[in-house]
Amino acid sequence: MKIMAHRIAVYPSKVGDARAEGVLRSLKAVFPTAHLDRVASVATYVVEAALTDRDLEVAAVRLTNPIIEHSSRESVDAPAGYAFAIEIGYLPGVTDNVGKTARETIEDALSKKFSGGEAVYSSTLYFFFGDLTKKDAEAFAKELHNPLIQRTIVYGSGEKEFPIVVPRVDLHAPPEADLVDLDVDDAELLRIGKEGIQNRDGTRRGPLALSVRALKVIRDYFKQEGRKPSDIELEALAQAWSEHCKHTIFADPLDEIEDGIYRRYIKGATEKIRKEKGKRDFCVSVFKDNSGAIAFDEKYLVTHKVETHNSPSGLDPFGGSVTAIVGVNRDCLGFGLGAKPIANTYGFCVADPTDATELFRDKEKTQPLLPARRILEGVIAGVNAGGNQSGIPTMDGFVIADPSYRGKPLVYGGTVGLIPRKKGSRTLYEKKAKAGDYIVMIGGRVGLDGIHGATFSSESLSSGSPATAVQIGDPITQKKFSDALVREARDAGLYSSITDDGAGGLSGSVGEMARESDGALVDLETVPLKYPGLSPWQIWLSESQERMTLAVPKSKWSAFQKICERHDVEATRIGEFTSSGRCIVRHKGQTVLDISLDFLHEGRPIEAQKSARPEPKSLSTQKHADLGEALLDMLSRPSIGSISFISQQYDHEVQGTSVTKPLQGKGRVNAEATVLKPLAESDKGVVLAHGIAPWYSKIDTYAMAAAAIDTVVRNAIIAGASRDYLAILDNFCWSSSDAPERLFELKMASKACYDVATAYGTPFISGKDSMFNDFRGYTAEGKPTHIAALPTLLVSAIGVIPNVEKAMTIDLKRVGDLLYVAGETNDELGASEYSEAGDVPIVDTKKNAAVYDAVAKAIGNGLVASAIGVGRGGLAVALAKSVIAGKLGAAIDLSKLAGRAKGDAEKLFSESQGRILLSVPRTSKAAFEKMCQGVTVTEVGEVLEAASLSVEGDKSIEIPLSKLTEAYRSFFKKW
Amino acid sequence: MKKKPHVILFSGYGLNTEDETKCAFELVGATADIVHINDLIADPKLLGKAQVLVMPGGFSYGDDTGAGKAYGNRVKQHLSGAIEQFLARDTLMIGICNGFQIITNAGFVPGALLQNDSGRYSCRWVDLEVTGESPWLTGIKSLSVPIAHGEGKYFAPPETLAQLKKEGAIALRYVRGETANYFDMPENPNGSLENIAGVTSHGGRVLGLMPHPERAVRFTQLPHWTYLREGYVRDGKELPAEGPGLQLFRNAVHYFS
Repeated sequence: MKIMAHRIAVYPSKVGDARAEGVLRSLKAVFPTAHLDRVASVATYVVEAALTDRDLEVAAVRLTNPIIEHSSRESVDAPAGYAFAIEIGYLPGVTDNVGKTARETIEDALSKKFSGGEAVYSSTLYFFFGDLTKKDAEAFAKELHNPLIQRTIVYGSGEKEFPIVVPRVDLHAPPEADLVDLDVDDAELLRIGKEGIQNRDGTRRGPLALSVRALKVIRDYFKQEGRKPSDIELEALAQAWSEHCKHTIFADPLDEIEDGIYRRYIKGATEKIRKEKGKRDFCVSVFKDNSGAIAFDEKYLVTHKVETHNSPSGLDPFGGSVTAIVGVNRDCLGFGLGAKPIANTYGFCVADPTDATELFRDKEKTQPLLPARRILEGVIAGVNAGGNQSGIPTMDGFVIADPSYRGKPLVYGGTVGLIPRKKGSRTLYEKKAKAGDYIVMIGGRVGLDGIHGATFSSESLSSGSPATAVQIGDPITQKKFSDALVREARDAGLYSSITDDGAGGLSGSVGEMARESDGALVDLETVPLKYPGLSPWQIWLSESQERMTLAVPKSKWSAFQKICERHDVEATRIGEFTSSGRCIVRHKGQTVLDISLDFLHEGRPIEAQKSARPEPKSLSTQKHADLGEALLDMLSRPSIGSISFISQQYDHEVQGTSVTKPLQGKGRVNAEATVLKPLAESDKGVVLAHGIAPWYSKIDTYAMAAAAIDTVVRNAIIAGASRDYLAILDNFCWSSSDAPERLFELKMASKACYDVATAYGTPFISGKDSMFNDFRGYTAEGKPTHIAALPTLLVSAIGVIPNVEKAMTIDLKRVGDLLYVAGETNDELGASEYSEAGDVPIVDTKKNAAVYDAVAKAIGNGLVASAIGVGRGGLAVALAKSVIAGKLGAAIDLSKLAGRAKGDAEKLFSESQGRILLSVPRTSKAAFEKMCQGVTVTEVGEVLEAASLSVEGDKSIEIPLSKLTEAYRSFFKKW
Repeated sequence: MKKKPHVILFSGYGLNTEDETKCAFELVGATADIVHINDLIADPKLLGKAQVLVMPGGFSYGDDTGAGKAYGNRVKQHLSGAIEQFLARDTLMIGICNGFQIITNAGFVPGALLQNDSGRYSCRWVDLEVTGESPWLTGIKSLSVPIAHGEGKYFAPPETLAQLKKEGAIALRYVRGETANYFDMPENPNGSLENIAGVTSHGGRVLGLMPHPERAVRFTQLPHWTYLREGYVRDGKELPAEGPGLQLFRNAVHYFS
């Protein structure tokens, strides 16, 4: 029988077509003037396989639920009277999870496996009804697909035939490695570094991001070896030495800091804190594994890691953000011998989604950036798919809108893990590949996806950005091997080391693990491929998702293989760890890569960096006549208003561990910290919180970083944590980081990290940086433009608390409770939500630490009914959120506030750090005040039945609760 | 007293709530094993050891081609007979969320689950009223538990619906109760036909439901427990330990004792 392409089309029956309804709703919102009446949809599966008519009939039955669907084969029955139809499918080679599931369903039904050339491709046909023009249809198509990953065809109303499209990958790459001549002039070396190795047809392979100096070091190395480097060797070195993998900017000397800012300020802070803590040190594995780990109790550790996936999310927001979350899950699975993911966190720094500015990657304006709205929609949907499908609760998260994120969004994804310290006598949080262990790759197969991801994210987004840099995650493939590893293989002791295939693919993972045994030998032709025709360097460097590399002792291979088979996980031996001191890669018997591990990992030339103080920017002062209006205005902005539609579409209840949730109180207000209870048998809880304050970078990055740490500590405290059991993680997102001014800002921010973290005793346990969040492109007028993200530091916190019953939420609870402000309110409106000009908030760690300790103690003693950090938008926003959450009123008297703030505006909107707004039962007043002796804690008002917020100041303000709630929920109301 | 029942929970291909569901059964004294569907296909006799069969929640096959369809096909293809044999004994079975979608696709309970009216995945608490007879629901009138799904809108054709009503097999309906009032949210979270949240077959011994009782087994899982805490503390009372979902699991254990 011949392999032929067939089609099965599945139609929703009259019961309802929610997919089409959704498309109708979103198109009506985007194109309010188009005469679109109705949409219908059809799911189509192109089955390219050697199947009989009977086989296809069986396949169609299996793909159709007869209660709610019906199907046709080969032809598509177009509904009568449609105006236009649009088919949307994937481009060749793009991960098609639906097609894959359809294939498995058919294989199972027919009890036979598809051969290499056989596959199923999914697509969707939409039929549009109404008085529509061709232009409307083309605009719809543009809105509904992303040309970097999807294909689309528009059909007119007369069409009854819809040709079958088979998006098969057909590659004709040279199957062997090419040698690269580095004995060329500096101009050519520069080109090789910037644009990549030249292909046989003259095109370039994409950036290596290697400097001329680095290329000369490589040239000299291979001169000593007596030969020219192969393309795969050069690519592997570029990956291993990339900013993304080596964090060169943080590692190399900067001005007088010879050991680099990472060792001095980040790691240095942790070392100092651990030493000071002595026996109370809870850090167990920091800065050396894929996640950082702290003690949970005598038996377990909790791990945390936060990643960014910015550049790919700018190109394909959905795929980029699925990969962000599923990728960071692997940093958890790749901690020690595998931690179980128990919570995800997220954060999106984007442009205001209503910003309609058009931007292009090229001068000819053929490569538009996606609209701001679609970037946000896409990244939200990506974490939805990645987190929900993996069965990991998505707890803490945020959205921040600022014009500086229009070029590249910042997409943060974090994963918390749980791992037993020991299984029998084996320590599970340590690992070591041994010479003689098999190198085993598990999970997905290798394709062209994600090639140059590591070097690409070390560059800014421009027209040369490779489309192959985009990967789409397949959470189920990963969930399958996660079950196999964490439930069975880990505890059975079947492997001695494991790491994630992330940046740089096998080149990264095998290269890293080879250091444990001191060598590796890989046979590339054994690596399972998605489709034939990949060159050796592509197989080695590909960042195809859902893969991990393990070291499996020979004696354990058969047991390991059996577990994988039962879980339907592909596991392949691709080589052996050795003790040769070299990483050697062969392809069909021929050696294509042979580099000493020392050179691979330590050969990179150190670059001395110099910083320069930037010119201060001039900032304008805003005046708001009516402070009540100013508050309502703030509440209706995307960075402050409700994102309940996100919290509610992310499963935060799975695993049954949630204690305090992302939405709190009757009014469902987004909290900035959550608590979970990882073990059924233990009362202990884990507090997760975030702190971020990029706005202050407009004035001072030291203040920005200090505020970020102060905020995260504050947010953790109000959820029930205490400073003495709180660890933090840093994520720096910078721009143009080779510019001396940006380096100066980085140095200041890093210094703040050291100063504030050591003052609070909160050690860094893991971190990540993304240094080139720049967009260089063109405006709608064709003018060159550069958009640089604000210097942004996200600080995430993880703390352990003894009893979850003491956890705290932000909502006011009872009428008559007293309101207190802990901390001092100073005149610090600079770069605030209220005003641009003014003094930036300065963190006074000594005073703030005292406030945090007093509040933590009061919460721990059950004296507090609600607590909220005073942050963006100042006291006014904290008050508003508390009353909205509690559906109660409140009255406060500004004259009672402690601190140097003078006017009403300063008192309400100053963003002075170190402050917490609390409600306390009257019966606890005396005990609470006693506990806060020596700390600035002031009674400012009380909780009222009256459904309004009233503020007594120079002028009095009264705003009904209904108006506050409406404003708070307004921005994303229709999302 | 008879022996405590043994529970088998299906796993594999993206199911993901086995651990907490197992934990809920163990809290009330059952023994439980998580077994990969491929192990059951290889040795269907394993089902002979169990009194309770659980199709847990999750995201089998990523909901691709329709929620529960691919896994349901796999169950139907390889385990239909074994499960029928299991149910021929006086046993219990439950399908929760994705498990409900799977057992409807595999034909063990009637009806189908469509995409939510909102077109979006939704995680929130709902209030349920018990409207049918089932060993799983003995002594429960109403309860509040969370949902988390994108395709939970229950549908059955008119003749099936009539039959369900006749048999008293519409077990659970969404109502406006404690949590919907607290958060001021609509009672029906997904557009389900006649507010149906769960149905039964085999005389009530097989229960399929979209909500997650295993996520509501302790007090501190409730969405408003810190609010309720203020009441207990101010009245000088101890905080309760249990959540409303635990009774379902206790009922299953009692059925065999």
